[in-house]
Amino acid sequence: MHRRGVGAGAIAKKKLAEAKYKERGTVLAEDQIVQMSKQLETFKTHLEEFASKHKQEIRKSAQFRVQFQDMCATIGVDPLASGKGFWSEMLGVGDFYYELGVQIIEVCLALKHRNGGLITLEELHQRVLKGRGKFAQDVSQDDLIRAIKKLKAMGNGFGMIPVGGTYLVQSVPAELNMDHTVVLQLAEKKGFVTVSEIKTSLKWETERTCHVLDDLLKEGLAWLDGQAAGEPQYWLPALFSELCSRDVTPEEASEMVP
Amino acid sequence: MDRFVWSSGLLEINETLVIQQRGVRLYDGEEKGKMDVGILLLSTHRLLWRDHKNHDCCIAMPLSQIVLFEEQAGGIGKSAKIVVHLHPAPSNKEPGPYQTSKYSYIKLSFKEHGQIEFSRRLSEEMTQRRWEHVPVSQPINTSTTSQAGRTRAVGIVGIERKLEEKRKEMDKNISELFNTEPFISQAKEMVELSRSIASKIKDKQGDITEDETIRFKSYLLSMGIANPVTRETHGSGTHYHMQLAKQLGEILLAPLEEQGGMMALTEVYCLVNRARGMELLSPEDLVNACKMFEALKLPLRLRIFDSGVMVIQLQSHSEEEMIASALDNVSEKGSLTSEEFAKLLGLSVLLSKERLLLAEKMGHLCRDDSVEGLRFYPNLF
Repeated sequence: MHRRGVGAGAIAKKKLAEAKYKERGTVLAEDQIVQMSKQLETFKTHLEEFASKHKQEIRKSAQFRVQFQDMCATIGVDPLASGKGFWSEMLGVGDFYYELGVQIIEVCLALKHRNGGLITLEELHQRVLKGRGKFAQDVSQDDLIRAIKKLKAMGNGFGMIPVGGTYLVQSVPAELNMDHTVVLQLAEKKGFVTVSEIKTSLKWETERTCHVLDDLLKEGLAWLDGQAAGEPQYWLPALFSELCSRDVTPEEASEMVP
Repeated sequence: MDRFVWSSGLLEINETLVIQQRGVRLYDGEEKGKMDVGILLLSTHRLLWRDHKNHDCCIAMPLSQIVLFEEQAGGIGKSAKIVVHLHPAPSNKEPGPYQTSKYSYIKLSFKEHGQIEFSRRLSEEMTQRRWEHVPVSQPINTSTTSQAGRTRAVGIVGIERKLEEKRKEMDKNISELFNTEPFISQAKEMVELSRSIASKIKDKQGDITEDETIRFKSYLLSMGIANPVTRETHGSGTHYHMQLAKQLGEILLAPLEEQGGMMALTEVYCLVNRARGMELLSPEDLVNACKMFEALKLPLRLRIFDSGVMVIQLQSHSEEEMIASALDNVSEKGSLTSEEFAKLLGLSVLLSKERLLLAEKMGHLCRDDSVEGLRFYPNLF
């Protein structure tokens, strides 16, 4: 039996593959990887040059950030995917959004006992701004939305529900389906809903209405006011305007629950 | 507000409507002025506003009048606003609702929200400046453009000039990076190239070594291109993620012990990034690093509960131990809610709920689900 040299076999196989490719006119993946690494170097230099001059703008201008993100989207790159990406390292875009992510998580955590993990984008925006302090960079709602989209990767149920022209930001993994969402949207105008309002506007039967409202109560997203004139009112703390609410500590909150 | 002219509200030929928003009030600088609430419309060429009651009352302003705009967040009893800084009105301007104004800016007050989208579209139109190259059938009043430069009406010249320069700088910087054709097309080329390489890797064409694959993945990471190639050995990780995983393995041991062996991934994210201060981790970095714990034989594990909650768990804290102790606690107190359990153990409510659910899944606890909350009892069945 002839012992075949392993080296020779591998080389022959590779030569065959190369020949096949050259025939078809396609490029080998290895060659492409080399090509890509060269292109990356040029690109990196160009980006470094830009960054050395304009890094401050990114932190200062919300408008610049929006246009920058839109451009990246058209190219097909995600500048926030990793802290190790060029964009993060050279332009500092990453740190801006990742820090914002931390602040968003902390605000949501602090208010969860009160609103069950649901908060309007406006309130979140205001509280994050307050937390950042007077001398920190301004943050736009667009910035918040992008930061929240990134937080979804960590599976803690971060999501956004459109209501009345803005969004409710969800920070707990409660299962909210279309029915829940639609009731939230209905409640947005006054901050509360009643069973009859739901039945009239949405044309639901009593059972479906009560089921959805019970779900919201269980998740802590709605509070029941049984003493309202007329029929009981289901209030959504997430929608409370600053005018008719005051901050409650977790202890007070648990005392209030029957 | 003296930059507006009376208008029929009809769009010209080649002028397109971009977005409209109802419930908007216009302010002349800081003053509420005589206009009521109405519908604000943005076209490719102008900003228009129509009174919501009296549809004949409609005013318009060319977009070229706009120097720049800023968002103003809402507050107690205040709606969110967009502040629009303007060039002075041209001398040949047609009549409008205001003869003169002491302000060089107006405010758009969004009483029924919609400022996010409006602001975004306005920003797009201001970048594209379509009114400059799309001629419309009727002549629109164009203000003296920025090229006119230094000669201007006296008064607010200093501020306006600064704003104008700021805007020009920004535009120039943005064009430097973005409209520089070679830059954008180069980036697009690289995305295409990466897709081609990825599909070849998938189809196992050619002889790509493990090393080359890892190198390729790190290129993708640098550019922020989504990685379509996942291999079992490394997951979607790269050397960077492996290093991170090892670091995390050290940093997280103490906090995990303190918190009963388990922490939500969002808590870890905050903890690690707060400690770093700069060169922060992205959420995806964290997840990708945690996925490598097992492969690297570190004493931590990433775990995903049925609810979708992701946690990091000390491997030493076995499941049976946790469930057994949960059962003990519940039996001792008769019954527990997640809040009570959380207080008892010093855990977060989220994680204590997950533990109780796990114990229930294993058949040791059963639930009493009412509007008063979710309460767990030892399972006597």
